[in-house]
Amino acid sequence: MSATMTTRPDRNPGADVDELVRPRISRALHTSIITASVLVALAVNALLGDVKWGWVVMLAAPVYLVAIRVAARLIEDRRQATDRTVTAIVTMSFLLVMMPLISVFWTVISEGAARLDGTFLSGTMRLTPEELMSQRDGAAVGGAYHAMMGTLIITGLAAAIAVPLGLFTAIYLVEYGRGKLARAITTMVDVMTGIPSIVAGLFAYALFIIVFGPGSRTGVAGGVALSVLMTPVVVRSAEEMLKLVPNELREASYALGVPKWKTIVKVVLPTAIAGILTGITLAIARVIGETAPLLVAAGLAQDTNYNPFDGRMTSLPVFTYYQYVQPGVPTEAGVQRAWAAALMLVIIVAVLFTLARVLARVLRPKGLQ
Amino acid sequence: MTLITTQTTSPRRLGDKVFLGLSRGAGIMILIILAGVAAFLAIEGRAGIFGDTEEMSGSDSFLEYVGPLVFGTVYAATIALLFAAPLAVAVALYITHYAPRRLATTLGYVVDLLAAIPSVVFGIWGITVLAPLLTGNVYPWLNDNLDFIPFFSGVLSTSGRSMLTAGLVLAAMILPIITAISREVFMQTPRLHEEASLALGATKWEMIRQAVIPYGRSGIISGAMLGLGRALGETMAVAIILSPSDGYFWSVLTNQNSNTIASNVALEFPEAYGLDVNRLIGTGLVLFAITFIVNAFARRIANAGFSGADG
Repeated sequence: MSATMTTRPDRNPGADVDELVRPRISRALHTSIITASVLVALAVNALLGDVKWGWVVMLAAPVYLVAIRVAARLIEDRRQATDRTVTAIVTMSFLLVMMPLISVFWTVISEGAARLDGTFLSGTMRLTPEELMSQRDGAAVGGAYHAMMGTLIITGLAAAIAVPLGLFTAIYLVEYGRGKLARAITTMVDVMTGIPSIVAGLFAYALFIIVFGPGSRTGVAGGVALSVLMTPVVVRSAEEMLKLVPNELREASYALGVPKWKTIVKVVLPTAIAGILTGITLAIARVIGETAPLLVAAGLAQDTNYNPFDGRMTSLPVFTYYQYVQPGVPTEAGVQRAWAAALMLVIIVAVLFTLARVLARVLRPKGLQ
Repeated sequence: MTLITTQTTSPRRLGDKVFLGLSRGAGIMILIILAGVAAFLAIEGRAGIFGDTEEMSGSDSFLEYVGPLVFGTVYAATIALLFAAPLAVAVALYITHYAPRRLATTLGYVVDLLAAIPSVVFGIWGITVLAPLLTGNVYPWLNDNLDFIPFFSGVLSTSGRSMLTAGLVLAAMILPIITAISREVFMQTPRLHEEASLALGATKWEMIRQAVIPYGRSGIISGAMLGLGRALGETMAVAIILSPSDGYFWSVLTNQNSNTIASNVALEFPEAYGLDVNRLIGTGLVLFAITFIVNAFARRIANAGFSGADG
């Protein structure tokens, strides 16, 4: 503290023009500090050997951090110096975090685009000997049609279970729930949110070997596993949305003599429908990429299986995993299929997210915030 | 609201009864499902936990089998949390308080989208992009210069299939979750607290320390705990990246790593038969218990709510 008091620079050498305005680092100076930091990093890099942009950025960051701190101490004061340092750290953390995330997108798009073709969309992994031979010569064979169908069926089943279950539970919690039962349900929904996905898969497996016999893996088991993961998400989002419906609307309806259930169906739900549909779409986006529970409960098949009650059913994430870890001969072929499937998954998730946004905007009732 | 519960005509009453029955039934169903998860895991897992180890491959007892897995699970998740939590809070602060207003909404959307990127995608990205990058640039340096720290000693993994790579990928995966929760609590900071602080002449950082952090502290902690819960149960990224061995390993750069429970199930389950399957289900029950405890802890902190006065 005392040190800072003594080293505190003489304020505003330019004068007594305006004592109330403290000297600040100007925008131009700030820009030049940034440029100088990058140049210093570049110079150091060039002196030590080849210029690698990754290292330049890594070096420029601490140089800038020191430079801006010193500049702020000289021109401004200690508090401003701390503030500027924190601003720099926060901004750099943000940029640092963006790097791997951009890298994920970039890699998936650039690697996946190669094989996201007609054969991929229409073919399955049940390859004829001729196809296997041509694959050795580098031909693009094999596809994920069976996996897409599997994902569609399994996710559909999961939604068919989770949406009504979650919606009615939310209605109970918001419109009816008082007392012990409601509190217990709220707690248990929280617990359910935290179930690891693979545990949900093991549960579904353990449940369905009773029905289909030991070692069985079926689409319906996968659907049940995903519904365990999806239900709490639906409950939470629907609950939030129902709570937003103003009580005046309910009271107005009751005052007209409308029974409670009809009030819920005709007044409360339509008012909240935008939010509820958004929540459901996001919940589907969350579970559609789940790999672990389907690996355990639904397994892997090479061909299309439309029957969720009989036999294994491949889904896109499981397909991605197996194409990557067991790529076959040559390795390239499988890995390329894995990336194509990964790209498809990312596209599906992004489309669902955009859809959720559009739904929220289009269906929002007029006059409600 | 209570005025309306009495109805006179019977069809109305029937409609109400049916609807109440449906919604209450759904609520009770949730309780049954959750009890079912615990019960089925316990029933199928029992044979694996207490059964004859002669009929299983590997270890002598269930505890010996699950011990290293529990260690690996907690270890990987801790590494992930160590990296993700501070960065996530910084990113949340950036989005709520530093980014231009117009950009903030978009960034919030991007963060939510990232939370939904499938783990298998993160897994194959981790092993194709991140692992070679770190093995080429960072790991040798750590291994050469810091090997007096036990974590960085040992024979360097040339493929990057090490605990640190797995932990870093897990960090990238849980970061959006912690960010999303922190962002939400930061946005709820009462505007008046912030303005009062700024009006007294505080810099932005002082305002954040005085108003935003104390208000959001419980939210940050519960967000971090939820992230930890997610990291504990995360399967595919670890299964794809980590090169597992049997035993306890502290070093984070070698090819010998304790596997995690979830990853072990994913790797072993497709090929397992007999009592081995039951043993894997038993480890699933252990994982369920661990995440249950962590999440219960997170909820307690979250429910404790705003305690700005003690800050």
